[in-house]
Amino acid sequence: MSATAEHIARYNFAYLDEQTKRMIRRAILKAISIPGYQVPFASREMPMPYGWGTGGVQVTASIIGPDDVLKVIDQGADDTTNAVSIRAFFQTVADVATTTETGKATIIQTRHRIPEESLTAGQVLVYQVPIPEPLRFLEPRETETRKMHALEEYGLMHVKLYEDIARHGHIATTYAYPVKVEGRYVMDPSPTPKFDNPKMHMSPALQLFGAGREKRIYAVPPFTRVESLDFEDHPFQVQTFEEPCALCGGTGTYLDEVVLDDRGGRMFVCSDTDYCEKRQASASALLGEEDAR
Amino acid sequence: MNLDAATIEGHFTDPVLDAQATFRALTDVMARPGTRAENFPVANPPAPLSSQAGAVALALCDADTPIWLDSALREESAIGGWLAFQTGAPIVREPAEAHFAFVANPANLPALENFGQGSQEFPDRSATLVLQVETLSRGEQLRLEGPGIETAAMLAPHPLPRHFIEQWAQNRARFPRGIDLVLVSAEGVAALPRTTTISKEG
Repeated sequence: MSATAEHIARYNFAYLDEQTKRMIRRAILKAISIPGYQVPFASREMPMPYGWGTGGVQVTASIIGPDDVLKVIDQGADDTTNAVSIRAFFQTVADVATTTETGKATIIQTRHRIPEESLTAGQVLVYQVPIPEPLRFLEPRETETRKMHALEEYGLMHVKLYEDIARHGHIATTYAYPVKVEGRYVMDPSPTPKFDNPKMHMSPALQLFGAGREKRIYAVPPFTRVESLDFEDHPFQVQTFEEPCALCGGTGTYLDEVVLDDRGGRMFVCSDTDYCEKRQASASALLGEEDAR
Repeated sequence: MNLDAATIEGHFTDPVLDAQATFRALTDVMARPGTRAENFPVANPPAPLSSQAGAVALALCDADTPIWLDSALREESAIGGWLAFQTGAPIVREPAEAHFAFVANPANLPALENFGQGSQEFPDRSATLVLQVETLSRGEQLRLEGPGIETAAMLAPHPLPRHFIEQWAQNRARFPRGIDLVLVSAEGVAALPRTTTISKEG
């Protein structure tokens, strides 16, 4: 037995026991057939603290197979602690191939960004979700929010967005911006910047959401309508950036602000590291060709 | 329960990875109504429970999921024994109590509304029906629309429950409550989640 195989043999494949996986798999199938509805599930303790993506990890562990290629991003980056450790976790317990390239991944587990590169039909995007209930900060009682979803009573959410407008002149919600799925359920898209909301609409990829501490799984099937809530006179708008990315020169991507010194120096760079690196590589390849001429 | 060889045998060759492959194939077809999963892992349950239906049971059923069997499957006592031994799932007589229903003869299926629909608060507490059909391509052409389908998809399963189009329209109208269907055949496996709208082609 090789060292890796020995290592894996101490766990069941993909860490979770089979009965847990069946329970989560049943929840995922119901979530797919009721888009945007939060399916309760018996979330397990995982070998990482709540808030580090235990929900996403349980969803990924339940769907992943030996042929999958896994990518994990944390705020768009492949090289941050959360992303690196979750990738290492699945390399250890499921012996799967991993990648940082969006196009090569079959499963992408994400914490709060959707890759800039368009997703394709074979891909599954797994979101780590802290608070799955979009109405939770408006109504703390689960019994009440459940009834509000049952009755499709979402007036409170519109009042919240209206109060934004009354106070700030525009809808000031910039992340975890509520969406309506297939004209029925109001859903929290996890704390992604609202910049990413349009990517959820009619995406060819399957989107699964796992909230470990709150014990909820929900889904958006491919080619499903996902509309950001707004008003006729205050239509939904995504944020725009004045400058291009300082590294790749890209426009139309979501940028992170990087503070450079203590004298106000700063730069804006793509939050999606894979996208940015690819653009830099193709730009330098192009430069190389020009030099050769 | 009779513990003969047919009861004990017939599980997946590789229980962990075959269950994963079965689930993943079901996820794909449930998320994309009208598509078919063709390489379904093989299970060997006693006839007339089919290999594909057996694989669904092995992948998803356990002590937490009461199973209902239609009369064609109930009459064959080896099937109840096989499901009990392999999955630990209780077999129930009342359709409304079942989380999963396995159906060898869809044409004789009781009305869909007899199965668990879930509640308006908990629509996920609804039944999944696994129908064994002869074909997914040679029956009457059905036009599918809804989530998971870019514009429209076609599926032609046969046989189907009586007045299926009308029954399905009622099921669709009950959304978010309703049942979900998995159609298994030797041609592959397809699924119809409750969100799919079905109309006759032409």
